[in-house]
Amino acid sequence: MKRDSAVDLVGLLSVEGEELAASWVREVATSLGGRIGVAELDRELRELHGALREALREGAVDVHSEQMSEVRALLTELSRNRARQGFSPSETAMSVFALKRVLEPVLQNGSAETIRAYLQLGRILDGLGLFAIETYTQTRDELITTQAEQLLELSTPVVRLWDGVIAVPLVGTLDSARTQVVMEKLLQALVDTGSEQAIIDITGVPAVDTQVAQHLLKTIVAARLMGAECTVSGISPQIAQTIVALGIEFDGIVTKASLADALKLALRRSGVDMVAHEGVQR
Amino acid sequence: MTERIPILRIGKTLVVSVQFDLEDQTVLNLQEDLAEQIVAKSAQGVIIDISALEIVDSFVGRMLATVAAISRVLDARTVVVGMRPAVAITLVELGLSLGGVSTALDLEKGLAKLSRPTSSALR
Repeated sequence: MKRDSAVDLVGLLSVEGEELAASWVREVATSLGGRIGVAELDRELRELHGALREALREGAVDVHSEQMSEVRALLTELSRNRARQGFSPSETAMSVFALKRVLEPVLQNGSAETIRAYLQLGRILDGLGLFAIETYTQTRDELITTQAEQLLELSTPVVRLWDGVIAVPLVGTLDSARTQVVMEKLLQALVDTGSEQAIIDITGVPAVDTQVAQHLLKTIVAARLMGAECTVSGISPQIAQTIVALGIEFDGIVTKASLADALKLALRRSGVDMVAHEGVQR
Repeated sequence: MTERIPILRIGKTLVVSVQFDLEDQTVLNLQEDLAEQIVAKSAQGVIIDISALEIVDSFVGRMLATVAAISRVLDARTVVVGMRPAVAITLVELGLSLGGVSTALDLEKGLAKLSRPTSSALR
């Protein structure tokens, strides 16, 4: 019995053979509005069509059947490509669902057998469509995660201001993950450059709460343990008020209003004297 | 027999270089040896180089503070040099800030620090 229905399904897909695949490609190409090369689409869908027919011949009953592994692999690749190229989830799923529409004509003067086969194939195609959407979402999530990581790297440069003086200009909201990155980068930079003075500039940080302060303190203590002195600069009037209102104590840590002041102090500490020449217009 | 860490003398300074991860007994031995050597050599400075140390626990962290306190009683200054970033982060996460211990990035800077007269913090 099962064997028979499998043959029916294969038969359905084999009706008009290559013709069916061609109209499938046409249908999908229309729905994607020419944003993908027809040659590429043709190759993708023909491969999928062949694999699906093979899987059904071997008696696959749904998406998760073992015989479907080839189909799943092809579909995964297709969804991944769509996600990367910026197609929407429905456009991705349409690639599968279009096959149902293409098959519709066989219903017109088909026997009861054909209709039953069509319905069964429909169920399988629904499963495949959902699978495509799932893969699509997964790929999108991966993209977002990678981008977040890249953003993290971008937003925490360590710059060398002078021999033995480095600075980290922080821009944007600080959270635990970011502070961890800042801490590691700063400490590594201290070792790499042999700097004894570090400046953490928080001009670009919109708000400081107890948690952020805690993270800053940890970074500064860690730098001190390694033998470097840390100054916090760029504290705006509002942030100064918040710090006092929250009762945060920066015990034994030098804070300066501007990066210039912090640099001056760092230079003085490392034994550099700055002399302003007389008669030079400033 | 647990290993003992050699204590070297340069002028009035004792240099201890920790080359392997420390066991509790080794730490206790070091503490003892160092106190003896400071008195015997009438040293004025102690440098503990931990640049080869990759793993620390709270015990080692406390040892550093204790050694510094012992030397202070014997009128010698202690400088811990060459702490790795990962080690520093671990100590901070453990809540050990080593309040009374001076630190320096490497041995050279540590020696320079000891040769300077006790400088009051510059602000």
